[in-house]
Amino acid sequence: MVDQYLPLWEVFVRSKRGMDHKHCGSVHAADAEQALQYARDVYTRRSEGNSIWVVEATHIVASQPDDQEAFFEPADDKVYRHATFYDVPADVKHM
Amino acid sequence: MTPQDQVVDIDALEKEFQERIDAEKKIEPKDWMPEAYRRTLIRQISQHAHSEVVGQLPEGNWITRAPSLRRKAILLAKVQDEAGHGLYLYSAAETLGSSREQMIDDLHAGKAKYSSIFNYPTLSWADVPAIGWLVDGAAIVNQVALCRTSYGPYSRAMIRVCKEESFHARQGFEGMLALARGNEAQKKMCQDAINRYWWPALMMFGPSDAESPNSAQSMKWKIKRFSNDELRQKFVDQTVPQIEYLGMEVPDPDCKWNEERGHYDIGEMPWEEFFAVIKGHGPCNHERLQARQKAHDEGNWVREAALAYQKKQADKKQSVA
Repeated sequence: MVDQYLPLWEVFVRSKRGMDHKHCGSVHAADAEQALQYARDVYTRRSEGNSIWVVEATHIVASQPDDQEAFFEPADDKVYRHATFYDVPADVKHM
Repeated sequence: MTPQDQVVDIDALEKEFQERIDAEKKIEPKDWMPEAYRRTLIRQISQHAHSEVVGQLPEGNWITRAPSLRRKAILLAKVQDEAGHGLYLYSAAETLGSSREQMIDDLHAGKAKYSSIFNYPTLSWADVPAIGWLVDGAAIVNQVALCRTSYGPYSRAMIRVCKEESFHARQGFEGMLALARGNEAQKKMCQDAINRYWWPALMMFGPSDAESPNSAQSMKWKIKRFSNDELRQKFVDQTVPQIEYLGMEVPDPDCKWNEERGHYDIGEMPWEEFFAVIKGHGPCNHERLQARQKAHDEGNWVREAALAYQKKQADKKQSVA
């Protein structure tokens, strides 16, 4: 008998309508349908969600922490993208 | 790079790593981390996962014999939670590069440990609420501390576990209270379960600080936040009044309130027994591993069939395309 093991799927759950799906963990399953059922049993036993996404872990492409500085650096020196960059007199309303 | 450069490089990485930890920033899966940190976490998280999974067995033993439908439904939900907690934790350990296969193989081969408390038998119904209240109660003290552990996925799994765990302790105490308010036989059963589970529950916190060689490094890495003895004391302080509320006795003649310390003192712990159980000589070590191995083997055809079905569906899709 050859031991059988199932591939890894990442699980994202939306807690309620209007919210984002949020990563909450992973499950092992043979296919997408089984992954959804396992994700439901493992991550929503107390009504934590009303929508689940599963994606096979090998399909996820992630940025690398080693390249973090170079990768995110273009945003660091653009403080003028933030509202707080601008001085607006206190007596100007609705700004 | 010369080997010497590499040494310097590792030193610099380790320094940066420790600074991140000291600044209370979490470590995430793809971050550089010292090999020893990774190994320590894989060992600790997988042991923790195994404990949840093996922990289903002593209580599962009573599902078919629960005294009422209410208790049975509660127990089923509780045991199902333990399976879920095991899965959260395996999932966290896998982010460190450990495979589920390897962890499960190590458990079945007797190479990986799990909490020694689950090597004790559940002899009467009272053991079920006693476990929920004492064993899960002790686990909560440990796990609340671990919610702030330095490794992100472990911390998140612990937060999830803690949210669910208080149901376990409360249903256990309620079950004990029902027995404590029952007839003489029920009261006796209640006290007997406390007598058998009190010391093993205290030993769940591990050896005393003086005997715990890995603790200092784990504290430095903020994997651990409190020492074994600190957590054990916390559990004793919160549990002794609960035993008194039940009208039961703490099975330790030396257990008394120490006004000066502001804590309960306890007697000498039966460490010889603790180490014997860890080494595999507990009442149920063999039985527990056998049950796990059997469940895994008997589930193999299901995994095999599910994979075959997946392959067939994929092939079908491809031939249509």
